[in-house]
Amino acid sequence: MTRKSLITLVVMALLAILPPVFYWTGNAFYLDLATRLTILAIAAVSLNLILGYGGMISFGHAAYLGLGAYAVGIPAFHWLYDGIGDWATNGLIHIGIAVAVSAIFALITGAICLRTRGVYFIMITMAFAQMVYYLIVSIEHYGGDDGLVIDTRSELPLLNLDNPLHLFGLAYVSLVVAMLLVNMIVNSRFGMVLQAAKGNNERTVTLGFNTYLYRLTAYVISGAMAGYAGALLGNFTTFISPEMMDWRASGELMFMVILGGATTIGGPVLGAAAFILLEEVLVDTLGWLESPLHSLLGTEVELSNFWHLPFGLLLIVIVLYVRGGLMGLLGRGED
Amino acid sequence: MAALLEIKGLNKSFGGIKATDDLTLSVETGELHAVIGPNGAGKTTLISQLCGLQRPDSGTVLFKGGDITLVPPHRRARLGMTRSYQITSLIMEMSVIDNIALAVQAREGHSFRFVAPARGDRQLRDRAMDLLRRVGLEEKAEMRTVALSHGEHRHMEIAIALASEADLMLLDEPMAGLGAEETRAMVDLLNGIKRQHTILLIEHDMDAVFALADRISVLVYGHIIATGTPEEIRGNEAVQHAYLGEEA
Ligand SMILES: Nc1ncnc2c1ncn2[C@@H]1O[C@H](COP(=O)(O)OP(=O)(O)OP(=O)(O)O)[C@@H](O)[C@H]1O
Ligand SMILES: [Mg+2]
Repeated sequence: MTRKSLITLVVMALLAILPPVFYWTGNAFYLDLATRLTILAIAAVSLNLILGYGGMISFGHAAYLGLGAYAVGIPAFHWLYDGIGDWATNGLIHIGIAVAVSAIFALITGAICLRTRGVYFIMITMAFAQMVYYLIVSIEHYGGDDGLVIDTRSELPLLNLDNPLHLFGLAYVSLVVAMLLVNMIVNSRFGMVLQAAKGNNERTVTLGFNTYLYRLTAYVISGAMAGYAGALLGNFTTFISPEMMDWRASGELMFMVILGGATTIGGPVLGAAAFILLEEVLVDTLGWLESPLHSLLGTEVELSNFWHLPFGLLLIVIVLYVRGGLMGLLGRGED
Repeated sequence: MAALLEIKGLNKSFGGIKATDDLTLSVETGELHAVIGPNGAGKTTLISQLCGLQRPDSGTVLFKGGDITLVPPHRRARLGMTRSYQITSLIMEMSVIDNIALAVQAREGHSFRFVAPARGDRQLRDRAMDLLRRVGLEEKAEMRTVALSHGEHRHMEIAIALASEADLMLLDEPMAGLGAEETRAMVDLLNGIKRQHTILLIEHDMDAVFALADRISVLVYGHIIATGTPEEIRGNEAVQHAYLGEEA
């Protein structure tokens, strides 16, 4: 076994064991943190398929999280206020809508975005995501930019998503499936073409591959997976707003992938974990510093609001100086 | 003999430069047809138009009797055409054998296959290994492509061209940048494959061209000024004047 797979296994083992233990020992907060982390990790894993393996630097991936979340929120909203049938709370239908809408959105926007390269691709993926953002903001009926409370979680067979352990379990199993799926795809014949097109597109074309179609296919698969993650995220937060899908959220997903290590299966998970935990630690640390600072300066300083500053600097250092992200750092010595 | 490839009145300009000028040429099935010409004569530009990466301003290209002038490059490859690059063009991040296996994979129809691991596919791997053996690179199979020497990259280009089992191989200066020893090895390699494939060979090395070619066309400023057997070309006065003379 390679060192990277070992790291991935350890991370996944810790992620399976620690959160329930925290929950049972009265620290429910950490289970919540782990659930959020796990759901975002699914989105990061899906982004890695196109960003890492496909070389498509998409700056709009959070749009799918939003589409997936609204695919839960909107039917639930109509169920509550318009009394439409109970199908509207069926989780399988929610997930079906989330995945289908995301796939269609990816197909339409991807068909256009993939005609461009480099910076243009980055900009246009971001532009499409912002379009969805402003669309949701403009629909007052669903709360506009105030967002929407999801009054009832998705109904799924055997599971009760109101139970935080169930929700975490579902997210965890989904993450494992997502990782296995991406692993399978990138090692298949399709995956070879996808990676070859990233390395040398012209050569791959002259070999006889219509690389545009291969990229587009990967783009759609990736979007559909992120849409699924969005449906979970909606169930987790039970409050959805356009903010989930603005460009900052997309940037965070990109950071997770690059921080953890693109073109590795475990990298995005490691990145998501590092991202979420670091955010938490920084906010806490800065929070502790507030009261001594208060007595020192005599005025109230909300230091924890500035956690982005050290966080951003740290991320920049890692991205600039550690090739292959955290996975590259920990798994050093391998290819 | 039937013409496998027919180029009629091809023109291509870059701004003020006529890179291809009313170019007419046919390549017969089974022959090794060399195109020689001074630097900047438009040889690479010709190959790019034949494989579809560049679109001619006017003229037609017939392949196996069908008009392919506007057919996109990936489809031309499917029709049975392959090219090698003057400036090595490989997938540097992948291993040597992965590069060749990809070319074998391209030969076997579409690759929208998502489940079975490609590296575990015996059929692909064995075929790729055979080809590496043929070009003398079997020991480097698992190495990263970027770690190989320039000469080895040139051999990989040939292995990829062979992998496609294309009816027509367009080889753009396979000896580019090779030393005397390596050039001889490449000439031997090409000699070994020339009867099994139709080859359009672009080459600077005169000794190599006269050793390998059945017919030679001379390209000067984008225009073919003569076509003939090596003997005819050697004796052709216009060629002497325009090209060979400069070297003598
Ligand atoms: N993309 C391009 N844009 C502008 N000019 C170009 C382009 N490609 C080629 N040219 C010009 O067209 C002419 C023919 O170039 P080409 O590369 O086909 O020559 P060549 O015969 O392959 O030369 P060499 O022997 O150096 O490989 C040259 O004058 C070159 O500068
Ligand atoms: Mg050239």
